[in-house]
Amino acid sequence: MQPMTTEQIRVLIARGKMKDTIFQALGIICLAIGLLVIFLLVGDMLMRGLDRLNIEFFTEFASRRAHQSGILSAWVGTILVMFVTAMAAVPLGVAAGIYLEEYAKRNWVTDIIEINITNLAAVPSIVYGLLALGIFVYTFGFGQSILSAGLTLALLILPIVIVSTREAIRSIPAMIREGSMAVGATRWQTCRYHIIPYAMPGILTGVIIGLARAIGETAPIITIGALTFIAFLPPVPFTATGADGVSAGLFDWVMSPFTVMSIQIFNWTSRPDPAFEINAAAAGFVLMGMVLSMNAIAIYLRYRMRKNIKW
Amino acid sequence: MQTHDKPQLKAEARNLNFYYGEAKALKNINMPIYDKKVTALIGPSGCGKSTYLRSFNRMHDLYPGNRYEGEIRFFPDNTNLLSSDVDPIEVRMRVGMVFQKPNPFPKTIYENVAYGLRVRGEKNKRVLDEKVETALRGAAIWEEVKDRLQELAPNLSGGQQQRLCIARALATDPELLLFDEPTSALDPIATGAIEELVHELKKRVTILIVTHNMQQAARVSDYTAYMYLGEMIEFGKTDEIFIKPQDKRTEDYITGRMG
Amino acid sequence: MNHAMSANSVSDLHQVSDRLAHNAMRHVSERVIEMLLFAAAAVSVLTTVGIVYVLVSESIHFFQNVPIVDFLTDTQWTPLFDDAHYGIMVLISGTLVSSGVALAVAIPMGTVIAIYLSEFANPKVREVAKPVLELLGGIPTIVFGYFALLIVTPLLQTIFPELPGFSLLSAGLVMGIMIVPYIASLSEDAMRAVPMSMREGSYAMGATKLYTAIHVVVPAAISGLAASYILGISRAVGETMILAVAAGMQPNLTWNPMEPAATITSYIVQVALGDLPHGSIGYQTIFAAGLTLLLITLMFNIAGQWLRRRYREAY
Repeated sequence: MQPMTTEQIRVLIARGKMKDTIFQALGIICLAIGLLVIFLLVGDMLMRGLDRLNIEFFTEFASRRAHQSGILSAWVGTILVMFVTAMAAVPLGVAAGIYLEEYAKRNWVTDIIEINITNLAAVPSIVYGLLALGIFVYTFGFGQSILSAGLTLALLILPIVIVSTREAIRSIPAMIREGSMAVGATRWQTCRYHIIPYAMPGILTGVIIGLARAIGETAPIITIGALTFIAFLPPVPFTATGADGVSAGLFDWVMSPFTVMSIQIFNWTSRPDPAFEINAAAAGFVLMGMVLSMNAIAIYLRYRMRKNIKW
Repeated sequence: MQTHDKPQLKAEARNLNFYYGEAKALKNINMPIYDKKVTALIGPSGCGKSTYLRSFNRMHDLYPGNRYEGEIRFFPDNTNLLSSDVDPIEVRMRVGMVFQKPNPFPKTIYENVAYGLRVRGEKNKRVLDEKVETALRGAAIWEEVKDRLQELAPNLSGGQQQRLCIARALATDPELLLFDEPTSALDPIATGAIEELVHELKKRVTILIVTHNMQQAARVSDYTAYMYLGEMIEFGKTDEIFIKPQDKRTEDYITGRMG
Repeated sequence: MNHAMSANSVSDLHQVSDRLAHNAMRHVSERVIEMLLFAAAAVSVLTTVGIVYVLVSESIHFFQNVPIVDFLTDTQWTPLFDDAHYGIMVLISGTLVSSGVALAVAIPMGTVIAIYLSEFANPKVREVAKPVLELLGGIPTIVFGYFALLIVTPLLQTIFPELPGFSLLSAGLVMGIMIVPYIASLSEDAMRAVPMSMREGSYAMGATKLYTAIHVVVPAAISGLAASYILGISRAVGETMILAVAAGMQPNLTWNPMEPAATITSYIVQVALGDLPHGSIGYQTIFAAGLTLLLITLMFNIAGQWLRRRYREAY
């Protein structure tokens, strides 16, 4: 190889920089496609569904006539299922996270739990539906109820809650722990009064992201056999339910049949009559609104956290 | 024959200032680098010697907010390496660098040494083979690796990795070779091997070496510069700097009263 | 004096024993709490055990009625017809074709975005791009299904007029977009973990950014990239609603993405929507299908683990 002349080197560099620029443009285009999809999706659903986005849409049950259909049972169902999911997933996930970070000894039991959590994250959500169908619906006899659905989604998001709890705890410096232990606090007191409060924003972020994931899940809930057409609400506690005038108990609603937003959308998109597409668009817009605002809250919380923490 | 003539200039810093954002890290440095000589930069940590070294191949351009003032003239063509007209890549094609911690790429030994040649567009297998062998011989590691050129470089020992990194830098025939504390991560035996190598290399290439080991500077270099708080305190022949420093601060550092 | 002291020490002793009792109580409650926390951590293991138990036990009933050879070799899938056939290959073909389309979109796009964000983009762009990706990844799959059926399919039909209203292509493309954020974000993490000194070594040789990214950073982060691709594959294979909405649900043994076809997942949805009696063979098919799905994901994950071990980070 002859030594290169300055001219040759400059040509080489110019060519290399051209490739850099082209690649950079490619990267921006790929990102723009992602952004475009979000805009296209939200815009399309808004345009298409605008007519149906009024008060009645939220206060009417689904109906055979497209323009009279609403999402009352769906959004109530979604909120109730999410409530059960949060009630189950948050204590379990946070407790598991605390155990793994603060208590667990390095041994094969811990290893199995950790490997297991990693692998569960890769299990398709519909498989959770099959688990729930076999265990919650038939073995435990919870039936096709809000309880079954809520617990199914709780198991589904458990790894997310555990992982974010662990990350939040791990970001707390050891001196906090040592300081607490040094004045004679037990391990649990240290957790209760120091670790959990400091880790709270991180845990909360993880919980919101988990619930945002759960709120849009459809497959596992369909699998346990949720109905797609429901024209009643779960019983409100202490109100008379049917003709017999017996009051509903505090927790009767958890055993009630239900539908959720995502199933309602699926039902409407799978109908041949295009009039229902408008309903699907409007309901999709509402669901997107719920999911995106939850994600936005989580992103904001994380942003705040990064700004505020100064150990 | 070489010792009596005034040595030729390879590079020269002229009124060089450098800023990390607002912080001024180099203050008005003027210093010659002589051709085919070893120049050592010494001084306590944080004195700016690495910062100064990394100006010679425009490493600071990789990070935002860094700013140079002044010139580094490069000879024989009298190019200002810091000029905004000169592409940093062009500078790096002429100035090689060996880092503090050996940083072989996650590739085979052969591909590590051939890296710079491939960057320069060389595809001819025969030329590559030849250059790789020459470079490995030049870095005194050929005998150890000639039968395992296709093994992954990160599997070598620390000292071998560092000599491989030197071979990598040599393969493209740089005019100036920068060493940034090349032995600080190595054991004494590996350090000795590298020092011997530096001594050997100055026949072919100009060397600028940062070290915080004064004995090392005394052993390997022809010229030494003492830096303190971003300033060039004293520059001269290594013997003179170590035997009779002109500046009190240099003397304090060399005699161990400070540093 | 002496007296007083002994009285004092008696009460001291009293206090000490009180404190010891208190300590013992504390110790017991600590143990109980630890047990409870451990139980919570064990729930995840129970979930796995439950999944395997349910899938295997129902599948055993299924395979008592259907020979496993038929299951693997039959070319028809008609479990609910009078002339029932149980050829899982039919559903697997739909799953593999749609996943193939999805990955053909997601792996290049995700990798390009990851390289761009980790090696090129300035911090401001990154700060904006990451939440956008996160939002994209947070869109419910049912909404993506709507997107595939009502926006992407009509758009594709203007290019390929013969494309049917339901197709693996349309569903696969949208699945690809859905998976991009997972691959991009995990790959970017892996590349950012590559030490700066490695990049500096390359730049010092006169390499450009792209050359450094491709020849140094990507090889150094390869096991992380592989992990992100494996996660992408798992997501694609397990994706349900996009396919149920946009790919049609009729079983179709095909390798052509332009056709409609059922996948393992969309078949399960289809059966669940109907009213199959608990314990019937039709009911058992969804568990056999689910087991197949789990085994496919497991296979890819094991392959991924093996790859990761083979190409461990060298730094």
